Amino acid sequence: MRYALALLLVSTLWAAAPPMPRFRWQNFTTADGLPDNKVFSVAVDGERVWAGTDNGLALYEGGKWKVFRPQDGLAHRAVLYVAVDRKTHDVWIATMGGLSRYSAGRFDTYTQLNSGLSNDVVYGVAVQDDEVWTATAAGASRLNTRTGQWTLYNERNTPMYEIWTYAVSPGKEKVYFAVWGGGVLEYDVKNDRWKDYNDPDGETEIVLFKDQGLIHEITTSVSYVEKDKIVWVATYFGASRYDGRNWRNFLDQDSGLPSNFLNQVKAVDGNRAWFSTDKGLAYFDGRNWSVYRPSLETGRPEMLIRDQAGRVTRLDVPSAPAHHYVYGVDFQGDDIWVATAKGLSHGVAAKAE
Amino acid sequence: MRRALTFAAVTAAVAAFAWLLAGAGAQRYLSPIELVLSPDDAHLYVVCEGSDELAVVDVKSGKVLRRVPVGHTPKGLALSPDAKFVYVANSWSDTVTEIDAQTLSVVRTLDAGFEPTSVLADRAGKTLYAANRIGGNISVIDLASGVEPKRLAAGRGASYLVGSPDGRFIYGTHIYPNPGPHRTPPQSEITVIDAGRQVVTDRWRMHNVAGVFHAAISADGRLGIASQLRPKNLIPLAHVAHGFVIGNSLTLFGEDVGESVQVPIDEVERYFSLPFGVAIAPDKRAAYVSTSGSDSITVLDLDKLLGMLRRAGARERARLANDLSASVNFVAARIPVGSNPKGIALSSDGARLFVANRLDDTVSVIDTGARKVARTISLGGPAGLTPERRGERLFHSARFSFQGQFGCASCHLEGTLDGLAWDLEPDGFGIDIVDNRLIEDVANTGPFKWNGANPDLETECGPRTEKYFFRSQSYSPEQLADLVSFLKSIPRRPNRFRRADGEPTAAQERGKAFYERTRRTDGTPIPEASQCPVCHSGPDYTNRQLTDVGTGKPTDRSPLFDVPQLTNIFLSAPYLHDGSAQSLEEIWTVFNPADRHGVSNDLTKDELNDLIEYLKTL
Repeated sequence: MRYALALLLVSTLWAAAPPMPRFRWQNFTTADGLPDNKVFSVAVDGERVWAGTDNGLALYEGGKWKVFRPQDGLAHRAVLYVAVDRKTHDVWIATMGGLSRYSAGRFDTYTQLNSGLSNDVVYGVAVQDDEVWTATAAGASRLNTRTGQWTLYNERNTPMYEIWTYAVSPGKEKVYFAVWGGGVLEYDVKNDRWKDYNDPDGETEIVLFKDQGLIHEITTSVSYVEKDKIVWVATYFGASRYDGRNWRNFLDQDSGLPSNFLNQVKAVDGNRAWFSTDKGLAYFDGRNWSVYRPSLETGRPEMLIRDQAGRVTRLDVPSAPAHHYVYGVDFQGDDIWVATAKGLSHGVAAKAE
Repeated sequence: MRRALTFAAVTAAVAAFAWLLAGAGAQRYLSPIELVLSPDDAHLYVVCEGSDELAVVDVKSGKVLRRVPVGHTPKGLALSPDAKFVYVANSWSDTVTEIDAQTLSVVRTLDAGFEPTSVLADRAGKTLYAANRIGGNISVIDLASGVEPKRLAAGRGASYLVGSPDGRFIYGTHIYPNPGPHRTPPQSEITVIDAGRQVVTDRWRMHNVAGVFHAAISADGRLGIASQLRPKNLIPLAHVAHGFVIGNSLTLFGEDVGESVQVPIDEVERYFSLPFGVAIAPDKRAAYVSTSGSDSITVLDLDKLLGMLRRAGARERARLANDLSASVNFVAARIPVGSNPKGIALSSDGARLFVANRLDDTVSVIDTGARKVARTISLGGPAGLTPERRGERLFHSARFSFQGQFGCASCHLEGTLDGLAWDLEPDGFGIDIVDNRLIEDVANTGPFKWNGANPDLETECGPRTEKYFFRSQSYSPEQLADLVSFLKSIPRRPNRFRRADGEPTAAQERGKAFYERTRRTDGTPIPEASQCPVCHSGPDYTNRQLTDVGTGKPTDRSPLFDVPQLTNIFLSAPYLHDGSAQSLEEIWTVFNPADRHGVSNDLTKDELNDLIEYLKTL
């Protein structure tokens, strides 16, 4: 009887809240074959899922995990980011000890000693056509895989007054960098021009001029949607969306973000994006928000929905991502994979009712 | 893209100019290197790398029907699946020529990567693959549009492509080993491409293998054979008498053999050097390998070979690669052919084997039943032999070394290098390890040898070769003169990083300034002896002196090394006298801690990158 009442309550709440993506969460930890529970990055390549962890790179294929470590050729055990070349299906791996390429069983490693890579601490990597872009602790690098030429970007040839680049999101025409403490950098590929975007109020702890520029200088992630010409930005103090003219900022007090501390933003398109925060995974569909996490108080799975009017509905759900501290996501059709501090989660999309 | 097009245009112009010169009287040797038969066996298409042409031969009459000019130094060719087009890989032009097989006219020229040496069309005839030797990658060219949407990572020295009979897979071999830690056994790979998805799906490791040339797949798709070299470069060359220099061998792979296995084609007291072309009979009862340094075709009895492998346990199979007594069990014949046999092709019934004799300008036609040369087709090269041509034959021949084990070309593969560091001298294990250097355009770069002990090429290639390398007869004075003439004639290949308009890129220009600088970034003067152009001076970027730049190792007898030329330095990794630097970067990031090999430690990372961008243009 009690179960039936609970179900009725949930159903009623579902009916009241706007329809948001729902998932059945399957969580993977070291018990399932992951090399480490601290998963910094996840990248989907068709049926294959790559996970970058604190202790190696893992590949999920055919229901099994395969682990790669430095003895297999990986540059370093701590894998911070993973990117798939959509044309060749080679995998580029950003680590604390250099950049690796995994291609059909072979690792090739690029370091600051054996190649033109700017620094061995590689936070982000992305592939655009024949070019591999990296964000490192000493600026950004671009490798042309056809010619082997490296081009470095730092304080000497860009407006990058901090060189601690954290993430990169390239398009054919423009490339965006998240510079930790230095805002966002935009590179116009065709015209070889740079533009920087910074917090207009210059305050590191408060927001004086909301929606008048980037929310904060300490940026951790960018996601550029070239078809819509929209760039999304994640910072440790909120999120931003820029359409080339107007900024829109998101804070936990006036949006559905569960926290202003963001590790990643990943866009679906110009209006929709996923936010990886220290207090859960959030989704914004352009009007409404949803949050997926184990409850911060009880640890029980929960889902929060915030509608356009700011009404929040809290739902008890059967499952949640492995942890509320989320590093990043990637998409597999309607499914989502989530890298967390306590495991990797596969959100299997629920069928629409 | 524009740069690539400009480069292609210039090299095509150079080739055309050379062709005109040839037509004006300076006839060039043809140097046929690859051939394929039309499906009806009526025509033979022969790529002639020396004359930059495709020779089309009427098989019945043995007459050359047409010579189609192509790009510079063509090295590979393939037919489209419907045999309507011939594709020729122009290695120095970085292009592929598409030729209408009916009209024998050039349809178009397609851009490829750095030094395409082999091409293959997929089963649907929609996609063309080109193996780029310098690029270490494989171009995927869309034949409808003529553009190259993607380039796949291969191994170092991507050289040859062959398809599975069902069209599902393409296999790529490599003339150089993959980069690896210093003084470790060489490793090569067969790159496996899924032709449906156009992606690399596997890389089959080839342990202790460096140069890999052709591969062939049996008609039933169950057996693959690749020709290869197994260099013993980690032990002193003193072991020539024991046969421990280079193993001329094959890798067999596929369902017929299970785990891939390496087998020698050498014998206990007789060697068959530089295996190159491979063909498997339609009935899979025999396979043929051109042993290009021994001027012969090796015939394998596949029934016996596969039977032996089936009976062998895992340990026996592992030992086979070094067991010179094994080949007696499966080598059926050695058929003498012309000079430096390279590409081979079987008629559709397997009754005739066609062999491109590169240094004879001929094609041998072997009756495979009788295992004899039935006739020899002349491709119409120059009648006489110049000293350079005689020298080229000597360079590629293994007949001067003890029991015919190896020749100059066994390490200087196709006149280049092998990507290996060798323990050459009989001075004990691990003493004076030397990296194999590029030998293009070396006429004015003496002295020779890393320690500069040989003042000229006559010394380098004369008694020293007899004593330390061949351990057998050496060249007569006339032969030595011919060999040196050839060595001095090896041209420098086009530089891939120099723009056709002669203008440097911004990075190259900045790098040149670092190369030529006389002051550190803090303004203090750089001692003259530490300025790059002082030692790396002149047209070849060497002052031809011995210098101690702090790169000597405890195992070197002297820290003084010959200043190497820097021309085309981009393609000759590894670097330094012993090959310990895996990349140009490592020369300075790892092996120059005290600024003795030029002053580099004040440079930022991007400044060092600029310097390297400049060096790649030399």
